[in-house]
Amino acid sequence: MTDDNPAQAGPQRNARRGPPPPPPSRRFDWRAAAAPAAIGAVSVVVVFGALSWIVTSAEQWPRIKLQFFNIDAMVAAFPRVLRGFWVNMQVWLTVLACILVWALVLAIVRSLRAPWFAPFRLMVVIYIDLFRGVPVLLLVLLFGFGIPALNLPGLPNSGLFWGSVAMVLSYASYVAEIYRSGIDAVHEGQRAAAKSLGLSEWQTLRYAILPQALRNVVPALMNIVVALQKDVALLSVIGVRDAVREAQIYTASTFNYSSLIVAAGLFLLATVPMARLADYLTRRDRERRLQVAG
Amino acid sequence: MTTPMIEIDTVTKYFGDKLVLDRVSLTVNPHEVVCLIGASGSGKSTLLRCVNRLVEHDYGTIRLDGVAVEDAAFGKTGLQKRAGIVFQSYNLFPHMTVLDNITLAPRRVHGVARAEAEARGREVLTRFGMGDFAVSYPEQLSGGQQQRVAIARALMTRPDVLLLDEITAALDPELVGEVLAIIRGLKDEGMTMMIVTHEMGFARECADKVAFLDGGTILEEDAPERLFGSPRKARTRAFLQRIVESGRL
Ligand SMILES: Nc1ncnc2c1ncn2[C@@H]1O[C@H](COP(=O)(O)OP(=O)(O)OP(=O)(O)O)[C@@H](O)[C@H]1O
Ligand SMILES: [Mg+2]
Repeated sequence: MTDDNPAQAGPQRNARRGPPPPPPSRRFDWRAAAAPAAIGAVSVVVVFGALSWIVTSAEQWPRIKLQFFNIDAMVAAFPRVLRGFWVNMQVWLTVLACILVWALVLAIVRSLRAPWFAPFRLMVVIYIDLFRGVPVLLLVLLFGFGIPALNLPGLPNSGLFWGSVAMVLSYASYVAEIYRSGIDAVHEGQRAAAKSLGLSEWQTLRYAILPQALRNVVPALMNIVVALQKDVALLSVIGVRDAVREAQIYTASTFNYSSLIVAAGLFLLATVPMARLADYLTRRDRERRLQVAG
Repeated sequence: MTTPMIEIDTVTKYFGDKLVLDRVSLTVNPHEVVCLIGASGSGKSTLLRCVNRLVEHDYGTIRLDGVAVEDAAFGKTGLQKRAGIVFQSYNLFPHMTVLDNITLAPRRVHGVARAEAEARGREVLTRFGMGDFAVSYPEQLSGGQQQRVAIARALMTRPDVLLLDEITAALDPELVGEVLAIIRGLKDEGMTMMIVTHEMGFARECADKVAFLDGGTILEEDAPERLFGSPRKARTRAFLQRIVESGRL
């Protein structure tokens, strides 16, 4: 075994010099990514190009364009549709906050195991069955038209208010179930540990279980947040002047549908980033779980 | 005659129709260490959990320092204050720092002021070699370190009794020693302990008494040298034989 034996030289030299350097970072290789990206871009252009060519070369295209993509009409309708969309955003955030809180109350009541909570648990179960089984639109009509029509003394009389209440009641039944799945997913050992430390059932939930459960359900909640953002438009059926309603009003007076396209654009502008955020949170959550498991 | 620290008197427990503990009696005197051994499913964990009422037994009596564990004298949290438990899977709260984990019960259950609880917490952590990890999260620690924190958490309220349920079973072999060293230290200080373990070497060395649980009954109960050296029951012999064969004695 001499140094000039080529078979021996390699490993020996390596041993003397210490470990090999870390491999080049695999974070993002533009060259490797270029080909798939180019193919992807080309296919998107081809598909949508073909679609728009088919549509625009159709005999009726000039009429379609005039009815749906009329720039002048869009510009004219934009201010009022935007004003309506501002209503959507306000209702969305308010309703969302109420849903998150009310659903948490429902989920907590449902998960308390003490015997004298049994009747409350049963009520929550019935509530969730009822409100999950009825279409939101029906509830919005029922609450938004029905309750103001009763003229109940001491209660607000606006369709906006009661329509929002309907949305909260309906959505909370879904969100409560999401919370509950998060609560159930927390390992039983956590409850045992909390109980063995003398924490009451409520303290166990408050300090040990809920913080973990809420973290588990963030991705699922994000999807609800996106769905709700669109469903606020349901309030337009009871006359709330949201983006859809404003667009319809414009359509009714001009027989031009471009205002609806404007509204659609505004909705997309709001929901697409949220959908991406939801994806990101889901992915991060999955990675975290893999780390903990591994 | 001193009052036993733990007195388990003909305790029976069913899970549904399944008889899990069948008229078990066992006495642990103050400052004594009693090890429970037995096959998987023999009811060791259940017996341990009956002592601090994580599991409620169906018949018989369990007394802690002469008072039945379900006695109103303990109040809502008195029993948990006096009997701490440590689990195989640590069960630390993953969303809390080490210090928050161990000060949770003193602060929220026993009303100790934050500063005071944290001072004691740091003291206990330091004692277990975990002083530098007060603001770490459990997932940043090794299994042995997590288990040391779990022991610290159980000791925060200065319990009279420590219940340990296979606390080294989930640990890599090289980490078992650091946890057992702590238990030896606690024994030297006179802590009363009931220990479920598969570490027969440790049981032989540390236990004042070893009880062999089989199918929900205590089949044999003796000083470790006698139970390990000349077991009287064939089933005990067979169990120990299996342990020897798996290289754990
Ligand atoms: N909460 C429960 N509900 C129903 N059955 C249970 C419950 N806990 C334990 N058991 C059953 O009781 C029996 C005894 O369980 P236990 O956990 O006390 O055994 P163990 O001796 O600690 O076993 P191991 O060595 O595997 O921890 C087992 O058959 C188990 O399936
Ligand atoms: Mg067990």
